[in-house]
Amino acid sequence: MADQTLDAKGLNCPLPILKARKALKEVPAGGTLEILATDPGSVADFEAFCRQTGNELVEHSVDDKIYRFLIKHTAS
Amino acid sequence: MSNEQKSMSIIVTKGSLDWAYPPFILATTAAAMGLPVTMFFTFYGLPLLFKKLDLQVTAAGNPAMKMPMMGGHMGLPNLVTAIPGVDAACSVMMKNLIKKKGVASIDDLREAAVDLEVRMIGCQMTMDLFEYGQEDMIDGIEIGGAATYIECATQADINLFI
Repeated sequence: MADQTLDAKGLNCPLPILKARKALKEVPAGGTLEILATDPGSVADFEAFCRQTGNELVEHSVDDKIYRFLIKHTAS
Repeated sequence: MSNEQKSMSIIVTKGSLDWAYPPFILATTAAAMGLPVTMFFTFYGLPLLFKKLDLQVTAAGNPAMKMPMMGGHMGLPNLVTAIPGVDAACSVMMKNLIKKKGVASIDDLREAAVDLEVRMIGCQMTMDLFEYGQEDMIDGIEIGGAATYIECATQADINLFI
């Protein structure tokens, strides 16, 4: 179970990223944030976001057009 | 963090609804990814700092602007775009699409930029030229000129002109 879940379904670029960044600030270091999105572009974007910010994209999957990301708050 | 030292600046020169998106999307996203961002608003970009935003699109001179309509995509011949009310109708249509597709409004993106501590500079010369005062602008912005921007640009890794 993630420490927090962000529902970004129905939101388009760049809102899922902006909201994830905000939500991630509330997650303690080492904790995880789960994000649900419907924007197909969010797959590449969350990968890039995590590479750049140093947070860990633990897993991502898609089920019935809902994209799910699990990000571990590892950046300082 | 791989980009701790990286920063970005954007010169914002256009203030129509469609042209307002790229600078605000890139500025907020870069800031969310940890980059210090500076936006310099000049000429027609300056009104994007106004307290009350009233953004419009125009199809005139923009043959690439085609709206989804009745299962297809429709553009407007230049002559039609000159008819009074057409720009307003296009703007309403665009704003409806934006809402329907879950795209942020420019108001929301600008608010996010403020939250993310994006440095926003209004061009003093443009304010003089078009007779605007700082009281017309949102709080928290700076006023500056070309030298202010250049100093920032020399420190930035990414400098965009939009």
